[in-house]
Amino acid sequence: MAERYAHDSSASASIEPLSIALGWFSLALGAAELIAPSRMARLIGAPDDESTRNTLRAFGAREIGAGIAILAQPDRARWLWSRVGGDALDLAWLGRRMADANSENDRLGMAAAAVAGVTALDVYAAQRLNRAGAQPAAKRRGVKVEQVVTINRSADDLYQYWRDFKNLPRFMRHLNAVEVIDQRRSRWTAAAPAGMSVRWDAEILQDREGEWIAWRSLPGSQVENSGSVRFTPAPGARGTEVRVQMEYLPPAGQMGRVLAMLFGEEPEQQIREDLRRFKQLMETGEIPLSDGPSMWRAAQPAKRAGQIREMAGVSE
Amino acid sequence: MRATCWNGTRNIQVERVPDPQIVNASDAIVKITSTAICGSDLHLYNGFIPTMKRGDIMGHEFMGEVVETGKGVKNLKVGDRVVVPFPIACGHCAQCEREMYSLCENSNPNAWMAEKMWGYSPCGIFGYSHMLGGYAGGQAEYARVPFADVNPLKVPEELDDEQVLFLSDIFPTGYMAAEACGIQPGDTVAVWGCGPVGQFAIKSAYMLGAERVIAIDRFPYRLRMAHDKAGADTINYEECDIFEALEEMTGGRGPDHCIDAVGLEGHAPGIHGAYDKMKTVMMMETDRPVALRQAILACRSGGTVSVAGVYGGFIDKFPMGAIVNRSLTIKSGQTHVQRYMRPLLKRIQDGEIDPSFVITHRINLSDAANGYEIFAKKQEECMKVVMKP
Repeated sequence: MAERYAHDSSASASIEPLSIALGWFSLALGAAELIAPSRMARLIGAPDDESTRNTLRAFGAREIGAGIAILAQPDRARWLWSRVGGDALDLAWLGRRMADANSENDRLGMAAAAVAGVTALDVYAAQRLNRAGAQPAAKRRGVKVEQVVTINRSADDLYQYWRDFKNLPRFMRHLNAVEVIDQRRSRWTAAAPAGMSVRWDAEILQDREGEWIAWRSLPGSQVENSGSVRFTPAPGARGTEVRVQMEYLPPAGQMGRVLAMLFGEEPEQQIREDLRRFKQLMETGEIPLSDGPSMWRAAQPAKRAGQIREMAGVSE
Repeated sequence: MRATCWNGTRNIQVERVPDPQIVNASDAIVKITSTAICGSDLHLYNGFIPTMKRGDIMGHEFMGEVVETGKGVKNLKVGDRVVVPFPIACGHCAQCEREMYSLCENSNPNAWMAEKMWGYSPCGIFGYSHMLGGYAGGQAEYARVPFADVNPLKVPEELDDEQVLFLSDIFPTGYMAAEACGIQPGDTVAVWGCGPVGQFAIKSAYMLGAERVIAIDRFPYRLRMAHDKAGADTINYEECDIFEALEEMTGGRGPDHCIDAVGLEGHAPGIHGAYDKMKTVMMMETDRPVALRQAILACRSGGTVSVAGVYGGFIDKFPMGAIVNRSLTIKSGQTHVQRYMRPLLKRIQDGEIDPSFVITHRINLSDAANGYEIFAKKQEECMKVVMKP
């Protein structure tokens, strides 16, 4: 389970999928109008003449522009309003065509109903985005992630391994190193894109042996973050349920963007993968590697065995 | 080394690729002495299974000699002769402890892909798409075998390759399908598909006490083998209505259990076959479940439908009403090969069965492309192709 939240509102994040879908819809519709105006004309029941085709081509170009602009992000709301304007044009044109004796009014009517439906979606998405402040999402978003996995080992074993923080980089893909400073404090280094790294100091807030550990970054860290891990015996000797919760509050600006990239578009998926590796390591003693991790390469041996290790981000 | 690579739909080529090396401490490298093309490889060949990538090495039925072991391997040593099961199991997770090896929770590094499609991920499988691990397969000169302490089975020298090779997949697969039926004395079992898995399902059903096995296919040579070698009564579905034929043969009760050894590329004459063909071509359905539908409808009320054939995605017109209203039990699963290898090896040693009866073609690995084509097109009465590197 993951939750992203913008500081002032959560609406921006929740409406994003719809606006992205509308962006892609623009691209697809635009391409169809540009490439196959005759077919499009027949589909909507307008007469397939030069004037119709030219109009459809022009509309196609407009759709593609709007689609690219919406998907390119910076100000989705404004471009969604441009879609609303486009919809109005479409409706007006369809209305005019209905008066044309060469048109099939049933089809035109259906096309108009479809456009009206899309218009409603556009208005809805644009309004929601406006209300959300329509800020560039990555800058202001905090990330809170919860994941759980069941591991076929005792809570004590798992706790002991995790509590020794310098073990964490073995299964947490983006951690380079954790240095233990003293009983409470540790220094974490994580890999960032382009060979950069970010570092912060953390302190243990709570520590209950064999049960749970909670930590948070010290004030003044580059990255404000906190996390906890809870070890609960699963029913019927099914091992131990390991529940991890992490939260990042990246500051705005350059570092925020770096962190957004660092923790990726799908932070829940990354923590999930980290936990999967923790399970593999605890149950089998290693993280098994195939020849084609995540489809980055074909499933055949690499020239150098280390190549697969590096690709999968698994140290020896 | 030379390896059989998937280069696109119906495009298989033997290419030079790097030799495998130890990657994990639990790995062993096996020099392959015999390897086979499986009917399920044809689903990859025909492009039905997603997440294949150009250059993927095919093959999940292979055996050979251990030539190198990782530093964590204790049960195997260089020189051991082994058969390698197709599902990769870690031996430590809860599923492996339950002997549900094909559900191993640790052996699929690309589990996230399978989770997107199926909810949870099964084990990794050699040479069977990236969604199932992205492991190089065994239609090659060498293969890297993960969790070598758990997976390969040492086989005695007195049995030759052809007698034990099929412990890697098709013999246990046919056996598990029959076992899942819970056969009782007097039971009649109907088996859809007389490919190699169907043949082993028929043999196994008899081993497990079936009174009678009825085999269904459309290729006379396959029905002939089912009859002559495996001892089944046969029905050619192109010559009659299967439901009526089965009803007639079972005194109006229907077969007590039905085994689908066909899977996702089933054929059927007439409107039903055409319907699924059209839907899969239009990408509105991923699999063609014709055999499965027939098996469900034909099964005796309260009976078991055991599915050994591979399905990958989504099917429609699934007769759920028949299952609910007639108390049918559906059993399925990728084979937990490791569970069956030892007992089935014993049956081979005791002379109860010689699995090599299904082999029709013996070729060199270099001719793999041709082997695939002959097998896929059912030319030369092809049943099973075994390749020697």
